[in-house]
Formats: sequence, C-alpha cells, structure tokens
Amino acid sequence: MAEKTKSVEFIPRLLPPFELFAEGHRGCQGCGEALALRQILKVAGPNTIICSATGCMEIISSPYPETAWRVPWIHVAFENAAAVAAGVEAGIKILQKKNRYREGKVNVIAIAGDGGTADIGLQALSGALERRHDFLYVCTDNEAYMNTGIQRSSATPYGASTTTSPTGKESIGQQTPKKNMPKIVAAHDVPYLATACPSYPLDLMNKTRRALDTEGPTYMHVLSPCPTGWRHGIDMAVEMGRLAVETGVFPLYEIVDGRLSLNIKMDERKPVIEYLKPQGRFRHLKPEDVEIIQRQVNEYYEQLIYRAECDANK
Amino acid sequence: MASDKPTWKEYPTAATIHQPGSATGQNTGDWRSERPVRNPEKCDKCGICWIFCPDAALFMNEEGFYEVDLYHCKGCGICARECAKGAIKMVEEVE
Amino acid sequence: MGERTGLEVSLAISEAVKFARADAIAAYPITPQTHIVEELAQMVADGDLDAEFIMVESEHSAMSACCGTSAVGARTFTATASQGLALMHEMLFIASGLRLPIVMAIANRALSAPLSIWGDQSDVMAERDCGWIQVFAETGQDAFDLTVQMFKVAEDKRVLLPAIVNIDGFTLSHVIEPLFMESQDDIDAFLPPYEPQVILDPKEPVTIGPVGFPEIYTEIKMQQNEALLGSYDVVLEVWEEWEKKFGRAYHPVESYRADDAEILINLAGAISGTARVAIDQMREEGKSVGMVRTRLWRPYPFEDMRAAVKNAKAVAVVDRALSFGGPGGPIASELRGCLYPLAEKPVVACFIAGLGGRDVTIEDFYTIVEETEKILESGYSGEYKMIGVRE
Repeated sequence: MAEKTKSVEFIPRLLPPFELFAEGHRGCQGCGEALALRQILKVAGPNTIICSATGCMEIISSPYPETAWRVPWIHVAFENAAAVAAGVEAGIKILQKKNRYREGKVNVIAIAGDGGTADIGLQALSGALERRHDFLYVCTDNEAYMNTGIQRSSATPYGASTTTSPTGKESIGQQTPKKNMPKIVAAHDVPYLATACPSYPLDLMNKTRRALDTEGPTYMHVLSPCPTGWRHGIDMAVEMGRLAVETGVFPLYEIVDGRLSLNIKMDERKPVIEYLKPQGRFRHLKPEDVEIIQRQVNEYYEQLIYRAECDANK
Repeated sequence: MASDKPTWKEYPTAATIHQPGSATGQNTGDWRSERPVRNPEKCDKCGICWIFCPDAALFMNEEGFYEVDLYHCKGCGICARECAKGAIKMVEEVE
Repeated sequence: MGERTGLEVSLAISEAVKFARADAIAAYPITPQTHIVEELAQMVADGDLDAEFIMVESEHSAMSACCGTSAVGARTFTATASQGLALMHEMLFIASGLRLPIVMAIANRALSAPLSIWGDQSDVMAERDCGWIQVFAETGQDAFDLTVQMFKVAEDKRVLLPAIVNIDGFTLSHVIEPLFMESQDDIDAFLPPYEPQVILDPKEPVTIGPVGFPEIYTEIKMQQNEALLGSYDVVLEVWEEWEKKFGRAYHPVESYRADDAEILINLAGAISGTARVAIDQMREEGKSVGMVRTRLWRPYPFEDMRAAVKNAKAVAVVDRALSFGGPGGPIASELRGCLYPLAEKPVVACFIAGLGGRDVTIEDFYTIVEETEKILESGYSGEYKMIGVRE
C-alpha cells in the first residue's frame, strides 16, 4: 500500500496512457506549461482541435517540420486564440448541419498564455464568451511574456521582477497587483470556470473533463510555474505550484453556474514567504514587501471562503 | 553544390505539418546534464513520476515500472524530486 | 432563369453571398459596409441563407474567426472598410500565408485622421502587399458577379488564396443599380460547394501555422507568391466560363475607346462612369482620349496593361489614394513600374483626386486631360498633381 503522497492520492494506471502532446518538444527543462498541456490533452483525447495563440507553447511545439501535436492544431496570431476557436466551433456547427464535416462532438480548445489572454487577447476572449460559443479556453499562466524573454504582463504578480518591470532603486518590480482573470471571465456568466495547477493533476484533469462536458463557453486558468522566468530550480515546477496553492497565493476553485466552491479549503495556510523564497524573481523583496503580499493573499482568500459559503447556502 | 534541402515546390502548402508528433525525432535528451536513475527496490509503481514529467519521457515497461526515455529526457529532475519513495536519483551525465 | 432587378449595390453583394451559399460569415459593422452585413444577418435570421453568422467584436476578430471557419472547410465571407481593414492588417497577411480562401468585400473608404466615412481607395491601397487576390467593381452588376466569381477562384486548388472585391464606398455601395441576378440553379452549376484540401479534422491531425525558420520562410513565400501569380490563369478561366454561361465579359484591364487614343485615362472603380461621360464629350470636341480601367489589381496584369497602353502618348492615372511623401498615386506608381522595361512607353502622369469622398467631376477629367496635354508638350512636371485642392 503506497503511503500518502505529498499532494493527492491517485492511481496512474487509470489515466489515459496516450501522449497527444509528444515528447521531443522544445520546452525548457522542467516547464510547468508543457506539463499542464500534457495532462489536459490526456482528458481531451484525440477528438480535439486546438487553437493556439502565439507564445511559449506554440513556439516550442511547432518548429517546422517538427510538431509535438498529435491532434489537429492551428496557430494564427497572438491575440486571437478565442476568435479562431469561435470560428472553428461555428464552422464545424454549420458544416455538420450541411453534412460536410464528420458527425459527432469535437472538443474545441483555445490555448493561450497569460499575455495572450489577459492583455492582448482579452478582447477576443470576451467576445467569444459573450457569444456563447461551445469551447474551452485554457489560459496557461506563467505570469509574464516568457517566450520573448520574461517581460511583464498584467498577470505578473505584485513585486515580481521581470525584464520590463525590473526591480531597482526606484521600483519594487511589478507595481500593480495581478489581474484577476477568473473574475473577469466569471463576469461573463459562463457556465463553468476553474483555476487549476499541474501540481494537482487529478484535480486539473477532472476540471478539464467537466469543462469539456459543459455546453457553452468554459474557462480554465492554469498556473504554470516557469523555472526560466520565475528563476527557481528546474526540478521545482511541481513544488512551486504546490506551494502556490498551499500558501493561498493561487486558490483552487470552480465556479459552476455562478456558484463558487473551493477545491481545497485551507483555514490556515503556509506563510507566503515559503512560496516566494525559492524564486529569484522575488529575491529582492524586503520583509515589509512580503507583509503586503501576505495581507493581499489573506484578504483575497478570506473573500473566497466567504463567497464559497454564501454560494453553498444559496 | 546543390542543396539537399527541399525546393519551394516540395514543401506542403503553407508549411502545414502532416506528420502528427513528428517532434519525437528531436533528440532533446541531448540537453541533459543529469539523468534520473531509478532504484527498483524502492519503486512502488505509483506513477507520480510519469504524470509529472513535462516531456512524457517516462514510459511503463512490461513489469509495470516506469523507465526513462533517454532520447527525450531533459534531466529536469522533477521526477526525482516528486517521487514519494525517493526511488529516483539524479546522477551526473558523464559523456 | 435569373431576374432583372434594381438593387442597392451593397445588397447585391449580400445576394451574391447568399447565392454562393456561403457557410460562414464573421463580420463587424463599419460605414459604408454596414448594409452588406445587415442584409446578410437578415437573410440568416429569415432562414434564406443557411450560414453561421458570427457578429464578432472587432474586425481583427472577424478575420481571425474567418481563418477558423475556413480552416475547417467552410466557405467563408466577410466585409469591411477603412479603419476596419486597417485593423485587420496583421490578419490579412496571415490569411493569405495560411492559404485560406476567404472572400471579402471592401467598401473603399478614406483612412483617418481626420475621420472620414466617405469614399476613396486609401484603405485597400495600403494592403497591396498582403497576398490577396484583388479586383475592382465599377457597377452593381460587377459587384454581384465578381463576388460569386471570387469564391470559385479563391477555392480553386491551384490557388487557395483569399480574395478582395472592392466597391467604392457610398458612390457604389449605396446606390441603386439595375442588374441581372442569376438564378440559384445557375449559380450552383457554376459554383459547387467548397472542397477543401486540408482541414482541421481529428481523423487526420495536421499542424497549421507552424514556426517557419529562415531555412524555409523564403520557400514558403515563394510558394505563396507563385500561387498568386498563377491565379491569373484561373481568374481568366473563371471569367471565360462566366461569359459563356451568363454572357457578361470580364477582363483584367477594361478598355473604353482606347485603341486609337493619344491620351488614356487609367483608374479603378466607379468613377469610371463619370470618366466615360467626360471621354464621350471630349471625343465630340475632337480630343483623342480613351480609358483603361484596372479591374484585376492583384495579381497585377503586367502584360495586359502594357498591351493596353502601348500605343498611347500619355496615360493620365487618376488615383483616389495618396502615398504620402512617396510616388503619390499607387495605381500610377505601379503602372510606371510596369512600363519601365519597355524601350518605348507612354508618359505616365499621376493625378490624385476624389479623396475622402470628394466628387470627381466631368470638369476634373477635363482638367486632368489638359494637364496631361501640357506635360506632353513641355515635359515631365513632377511626380503627381492633386486635383481640386484649394490653395
């Protein structure tokens, strides 16, 4: 009998063995995003079309003539994963109606990073959500424009040092708080959205399954630790994701038809310093900065707990 | 000397790639400076290493143990860190 | 059997899209294209057009969604103008690079700033290099015919490139013209359903839009360019078939009283109607003038152009767009380039007129011809001349 694992108990033999995100891709050693995609595709299965924004995952997976994709995949531009996915979904709909496309449901999944979602891709995402296309949008969030050299995005957390929000005498680094993408998506009243992290593979996979099975627009925000940009050890991505969850920096929750439930409710959490310390991008923070971050994390987590309680009692 | 690379006519239209998973030809194992070594006595076949590998560089062998695909393993060490039994160690590549 | 009707030209384009049985439309409204998309929306709502109409949140998303629909094999249409086309700019290159046979109508309109909702050709002239097939309509009949024809050209497996049909904003888009609408059966016979070569399909997974390293980029662009150049033959084939079936002829360059003309007026679009009247009048007065209209703009019809103008002494190009600080008129500068290799060639005079919706009048054409006569007499007088500017 295996002793309890660090995060969650599961039986890997039940997980699909096929790899639709093939080995040989050019992701960095220990890439959290690649791990997330690999896990997501195990659930999505071969009956899937991926619409990818420009970004890390697009570049490392499609250098002609190599492709890591074993499902149909299209990359068009940086800001329009959601618009392309909307077109794919609508195109299949009308063609199936006219018997010019094979029958049966096809999973349409848009994949973009935090830049392609919260910044340049926000408009297309909002439009596609509002129009209620039947697709899943996955934001793989490594909290900066990693592909182009670690520049800040609106998803970069407060205090993080990036190449365009570098720490220096006059600056703490990122000076504004991380944009709350799940909140923005929730404001579109989508039937399902969730936060997830590849450090919790079963949770992530269950959420993927649920999102794909839900009709209409669904959204997953996946924290993807990045050793290159966060400047932690190349073996640390899974550990960093775990710490993000265990400190409350990245709460895991689902919103189903407007009702929020926390997947792991922690009334007491590890102190954020445990999450911040192993990362070079936070190395410059002083104790008072860490205090600010701890306060912000506490506040938001308490809000979530309260909201989850209210929603449970509705 | 004529190039052995394809001519413009020989590329698929729009450079669309028609071989799914053709990335497997890339020897990303070349990137390693350390490799994972499994201790079969400690391994309980739980599969944590497998589900946490960003490169799908572990595969289940006939006995149900997870082996490393050395052609692709980049040596990140996540498997070694995450193994609950400490059954994997990262060992320096000596070549 | 089709029917003769009077229709606003915008609506004629919507009808053409309906007859062409477009599968998917993704569009964003912008003056003066709005009537095209409103009519299409109504047709879909009424069940007259069986299509998915995606009312996107910007033109950039319109072209993006069109790439999505086209990539799964849907016959795809969109329309825009001016700022919308400019917003789509990035996507135009991608659509042609991905070889997606999208058809787009543009109601040519001036570009900001200052804001102008009125017609000129600056919007499409800024997109000459984007790799799309481009044609100009001059009448409502043209607009209807060209829209149907361009689906056939674009989707031809020797081509697989997107195509633009230009109509002058307001001066063509919003006027009611008599035209003959062919019947659905006849159009079906001419234009079968789209048979895509490569689509996103789980049964045959492909990777569309990969990274193209320097080792391959040049070759892929060569491929794309050769397809655009090769589309010339396909356009001619389609026009030949159209003439046989429906009796209306189309040519890359359309000539009017040009054979013996000393001075030729070269332009594109609906001001040709006014030019025609002016030319008739001038002919009565003994002037030797004619007109060559550019109908096929991309791929540029080099040989047709050279043949059409070679006997003239001068070509007066009327451009409805201004290339700031450069050669002035796009049509003129391309004509000059086209004629450059000829040992003997007519003088090319460039006139900028009709910007931002300003009328190009018969008097303007008189001025243009007179200025050209002056140039013939006393020599080259500068890159271009603005017509009608108050100085």
